Amino acid sequence: MLAFISRRIGYSLLILLGVTFITYLLLFMLPADPARQIAGRSATPEVVAGIRMQLGLDLPFYQQYANYLGNLVQGDLGRSYIQRSPVTELIGARLRPSLELMAAGIGFELLIGISLGVIAALRRDSWADKALMALSFIGVSAPQFIAAMLFLYFFAVQLDWFPMGGYGGFEHLLLPALTLGILGSGWYSRMVRSSMIEVLHQDFIRTARAKGLSRVRVVLRHVLPNAIVPVIPMIGIDIGIFMGGLVVVESVFGWPGIGQLTWQAIQQVDIPVIVGVTTVSAVAIVLGNLVADLVIPWVDPRIDIKKH
Amino acid sequence: MKVLRALVRRPAVALSLLYIVIVVLLALFAPWMSPYDPSEQFVEGLSLEGAPLPPDTPYLLGTDLLGRDLLSRLIYGARTSLFIGLLANGLAVLIGTLVGLSAGFLRGWVGSTLMRFTDLMMAFPALLLAIALSAIFQPSVWIVALVIAMVNWVQIARVIYSETIALSARDFVAVERTLGASSLRILFSHLLPHLLPTILVWATLGISTTVLLEATLSYLGVGVQPPTPSWGNIIFESQTYFTSAPWLVFFPGIAIVLLSLAFNLVGDALRDELDPTLQGRS
Repeated sequence: MLAFISRRIGYSLLILLGVTFITYLLLFMLPADPARQIAGRSATPEVVAGIRMQLGLDLPFYQQYANYLGNLVQGDLGRSYIQRSPVTELIGARLRPSLELMAAGIGFELLIGISLGVIAALRRDSWADKALMALSFIGVSAPQFIAAMLFLYFFAVQLDWFPMGGYGGFEHLLLPALTLGILGSGWYSRMVRSSMIEVLHQDFIRTARAKGLSRVRVVLRHVLPNAIVPVIPMIGIDIGIFMGGLVVVESVFGWPGIGQLTWQAIQQVDIPVIVGVTTVSAVAIVLGNLVADLVIPWVDPRIDIKKH
Repeated sequence: MKVLRALVRRPAVALSLLYIVIVVLLALFAPWMSPYDPSEQFVEGLSLEGAPLPPDTPYLLGTDLLGRDLLSRLIYGARTSLFIGLLANGLAVLIGTLVGLSAGFLRGWVGSTLMRFTDLMMAFPALLLAIALSAIFQPSVWIVALVIAMVNWVQIARVIYSETIALSARDFVAVERTLGASSLRILFSHLLPHLLPTILVWATLGISTTVLLEATLSYLGVGVQPPTPSWGNIIFESQTYFTSAPWLVFFPGIAIVLLSLAFNLVGDALRDELDPTLQGRS
């Protein structure tokens, strides 16, 4: 067990090292000249050279990367071209609204996805099953920005059930969180449905029924806990898709989180902010997958960790 | 042919194929199909107050903020969206197949390095990485297609990798080897033909993902740049007015959702038809 945990953590660190190398390339290698971009168009060659020195762009490649890595470990993601303040500060100020939206959105995803998946599996091949699966298909095919705009139009503008967007209490949170939840639930409901169907066919379920347990009890105590196991690694993978969704949904609903920060950075071509958010998301994804992998053998002891 | 007939027998799939054919024809023959020039700004295309016109004759789907005909822009936009969708997805499938196949076939340190690299790419959120890349490279139609291919090949690589591993363990490969077949011969005349159904399924499903990604990038302003119309940037251009002119979001929005849904449905049905191991499970 200990060997499994340490190997898994070591691998995550290796991936994180790779992640930083790619974000380093994005920040310092790919733009024609970051110093010129920071200095602005009217800067004299001396000013540009000064900035090059400051950024350490005159150092050899490996040393630059080591510096970048050293800064990253200390939580320094560089400075915004436009706002001139550290990217870490900009992200930090936006973290709370995004975490709120993320928690609510993933909560809705799981709630909607798992309950629809259970219903579809129990009523397999009925019209309800077919309708639910068709809906989940539309959900996963619809781009988030279109769904967000349509929801905003119908539920906030036409029906006036929700505020038009912006940050505030629960009523502001509900519509963007539902948008993310409804669209993302499609993957979960399809997965829960097929894993439920698989579990329903197993011997221990027949045994449980045969010893006289009620149908509801069998589903809640025996089927669901087993069918839900594949959902856990799915949440880890989902964080990545979710971060993309945040950019779109926050910009449509005017939610002042990391997504909106990214959207503003896109409009101003503020590359350090975009790359900073990408770095933070990648770290979140690696950590999410790590936690999911470590939690699974604990939730389901049948899973053989030696195989991993 | 047999597969195609089986597909057409499902009503939803038949409708999807029909929609795809219509969009392809509109895109191919855009100059003859579209009622107006997509970039001509009509004086009578705006109301007296300067607002865009709602759907009515002579502008069937209404006009946009500059008084341009929305239907014509949608038809020309189909060109851009389909072109990027097909090009980006073709590249992604090519890269993914090459990486997955060589990793699965060569194994060893080459294989594990390649798969470590795909794990690394999986750690990035696709949309954010695509945004960062296209912001750095200043987007054009080609750059957008390349960027989408660069973030989308990963999944295909993983699927092809595990299928190649599974196939290589099968008896017929061992038999070929004992008969003295070269590695290249096994690769091209035995493994690749078995992988073709999987590649076809993922190529179809992948178009759906690329179309969505292109639309989202264009909507965020880092995709196809105006005045070239794409379904995503039509929405990008009119998003601030969308409460007063919702048709500017509805029609391109519906076009995108339907195209993505159509490729998803066809891909899913193809998987059912081509993969005998799945039969009766999903």
